[in-house]
Amino acid sequence: MLTALTSLTILGALLGLILGVAAKVFRVEGNAMVAELNEILPGSQCGQCGFPGCNGAAQALAEGRAPVTLCPPGGRAVALALAAKLGVDADMSGVEDVVPRVADVREELCIGCTRCFKVCPTDAIMGAAQQIHSVFREACTACGKCEEICPTESIRLQPVTVTLHAWYWNKPKIAA
Amino acid sequence: MGEYLLLLLSTALVNNVVLVKFLGLCPFMGISKKMDTALSMGLATTFVITFTTAGSWLLEHWLLMPLGIGYLRILTYILVIAAVVQFTEMVIRKVSPALYQVLGIYLPLITTNCAVLGLPLLNVQENNGFAVSLIGGFGSSVGFTLVLVLFAGMRERIALASVSQTFAGAPIAFITAGMLALAFMGFAGLVPH
Amino acid sequence: MNLFKLRGGVHPQGRKELAEKHAIRQLPMPERLFVPLQQHVGAPAQPLVRVGDQVLKGQLIGAGQGFISAPVHAPTSGRIAAIGDFSAAHPSGLSSPTVTIEADGLDNWLPTRSVDDPFALSPEEIANAVGAAGIVGLGGATFPSAVKLSLSRKNNVHTLIINGGECEPYITCDDRLMQERAAEIIEGVRLIRYAVGATRVMVGIEDNKPVALREMQAAAAGTEVKIVAVPAMYPMGWDKQMIRALTGCEVPADGRTADIGMLVHNVATAFAVRDAVRFGRPLVSRVLTVSGGAIATPANLQVPIGALVEDLFSFCGGFSQKPARMVLGGPMMGVELFTAAVPVVKGTSGVLALTQQEIGSTQAAPCIRCSNCVRACPVGLLPLELAAHIRSGDSGAAVSRGLKDCIACGCCSFVCPSHIPLVHYFNFAKGELMEQERGKLKQSATKILAEERLARIERIERERLEAAAKRKAAREAKKRAEQMSKMEVA
Repeated sequence: MLTALTSLTILGALLGLILGVAAKVFRVEGNAMVAELNEILPGSQCGQCGFPGCNGAAQALAEGRAPVTLCPPGGRAVALALAAKLGVDADMSGVEDVVPRVADVREELCIGCTRCFKVCPTDAIMGAAQQIHSVFREACTACGKCEEICPTESIRLQPVTVTLHAWYWNKPKIAA
Repeated sequence: MGEYLLLLLSTALVNNVVLVKFLGLCPFMGISKKMDTALSMGLATTFVITFTTAGSWLLEHWLLMPLGIGYLRILTYILVIAAVVQFTEMVIRKVSPALYQVLGIYLPLITTNCAVLGLPLLNVQENNGFAVSLIGGFGSSVGFTLVLVLFAGMRERIALASVSQTFAGAPIAFITAGMLALAFMGFAGLVPH
Repeated sequence: MNLFKLRGGVHPQGRKELAEKHAIRQLPMPERLFVPLQQHVGAPAQPLVRVGDQVLKGQLIGAGQGFISAPVHAPTSGRIAAIGDFSAAHPSGLSSPTVTIEADGLDNWLPTRSVDDPFALSPEEIANAVGAAGIVGLGGATFPSAVKLSLSRKNNVHTLIINGGECEPYITCDDRLMQERAAEIIEGVRLIRYAVGATRVMVGIEDNKPVALREMQAAAAGTEVKIVAVPAMYPMGWDKQMIRALTGCEVPADGRTADIGMLVHNVATAFAVRDAVRFGRPLVSRVLTVSGGAIATPANLQVPIGALVEDLFSFCGGFSQKPARMVLGGPMMGVELFTAAVPVVKGTSGVLALTQQEIGSTQAAPCIRCSNCVRACPVGLLPLELAAHIRSGDSGAAVSRGLKDCIACGCCSFVCPSHIPLVHYFNFAKGELMEQERGKLKQSATKILAEERLARIERIERERLEAAAKRKAAREAKKRAEQMSKMEVA
């Protein structure tokens, strides 16, 4: 009985010591994955994913607390990149439905209050006080902050219209 | 020398740990969707099995048998296995965070891979020497890796094929695994009895 | 001359007999022309005219912008009726910026400057003249020719290959052009050779065009231009296939012909180059084929850019029967048109109206892994594998198997006994990848914008604090000074 106790205790202590040393040697500062994921995310800190900024989202992703499809402005491209990095199958069912959108100013309603371009995380809105604002469509990530803050509902997210440049063939729909 | 080669061959192919002894089925189904992850998993398992067979043989012959505490065998072995797996996990996490993420829960679960515990126990049962245990362990884990990679390759092809709704997903994977096991039975004639 | 072995390719029914006996005719000037501002690869042209302006034939109406672009000229004289969106000759049916010209019927040329001896010009002057004339690859690629010329000089091109391999079924416009205007083409070829400084010039012509071969040989006699008959097969007109047939050289994947010192131009482009350099005339019309089983009288027509496809059909006597499908370009690589009210552009080599019998069945069946497509692929890809990966939603795997080298020639779809729309899969995947690429670009741009904004906000905050601190310090100094003076007074 005593031999069993002592031998197992010693063995356990020995292995524990080895592992303790190994843990020191192979220490990882923070989670390297978070930094890599952060690189993929847009970095506009819009908060649409429900996490505090892109860094929070990256942490949640690394810990598996959030799906790869969490980033609405990033859309399909980001979801796929995240899935590839995390080695999971991206469940695209939720993303397909989201039509890419872009903010659009209805000029007859805009009062030039400048609120929207103050909140825009990518400086995609141009304007000055008492001037009708307009949107740089290329820079807009459709985060919706301007839509929320607009007092006259003049700025709205509209579906992106397909241009000749961006158009491509749909996927063939056949059984085979 | 020839004897050891034969041992390697027989453990890797003829008495394949997965398809003939049906050990380690959990990662076999779990980590076989992509070839490269399957290979990494196989290598990690090979590392763990080789070390634990050696470690457990030493413990068996230098600790358990002299002290007559053979009834603590499984407990001790699990201790060694858990330690080696922990170590592997630390190394992988340091060297390749992406692989660490991909292997996910299956990495610590190497501990509960029955092949890892089964091989040292078989060695004790058959009263094998150190060299035979070590080579047997290594051969078995090579066989495990081989089967895992082969199966992952097949599953990659199946992912492209149009599988009928009834069989899509796990069912077709199990059918394929069964066929692969049948194919491995063919190796039985490789080693003359 | 010894020809080299080719990979892949198919032999579709030529159907060239419909149009090949018809000499090139001039299309009467339509009342309105619709000239798209983007008829080339690269950046669209910037309109230079306003609605209501009077223009002359050959007048610049759109300026090229950027390095890879081409200008657009008025195809006839008249009044600018509109500048705006108009249906493009594109499978999507979407519209593109277009200049509409109301023809005045006079067809007056802008005064142009002729050059009697174009070989006295410097190579740069020739390249400039070609660029100013808005010439693009008329074989269908529509890459600005001047860019090709100036890049060729930089890359030390030694071999000029002129592509007379009109391999698309039905299309006979290059064939007729070579039969009727061989001398002009040869002059254009020699001008291009002179402009790029190539030492070797070969014109590859398919052996199913015997008259064109004879005429071109006669015209090339005594010059440095060598006419070579190549076997008729599809896609012989693919530039890399033509290079392979004539020189045995292989253009590396992801590479361009200039990488191995070769330049390929189409015969029609050579003809346009001669017009531009010799007479200063920009590219405002082209020869194209109107054919197909549903066309009453197939024809080869000289058509002003911007004429509507329906004008061509009605000039050819309309339809003998209701067409099952209208196609812009050839049947192998062309695109289906859903309306005939789209304009002819520089890259249009033909318009077809096909009958149901001609297009056949398209009911797709499962892949039987016969590998006919692998044998047919001129690039050496595995179309069945690519399509399988794309179908299962993994375009990335298709890319690692060479999707980007696919030229969408349609050989695989043509030979597939299961009628699987392989090329359609590839076009879809390429579009999807482009979209992802754009997404990534936008992503990185967004990141920069967001970071700059944060930095700016921080800077403004810091400056505000600094200014506040300064004010405070100034206030305190003043207070101290007051106290001092008070004490002194006291």
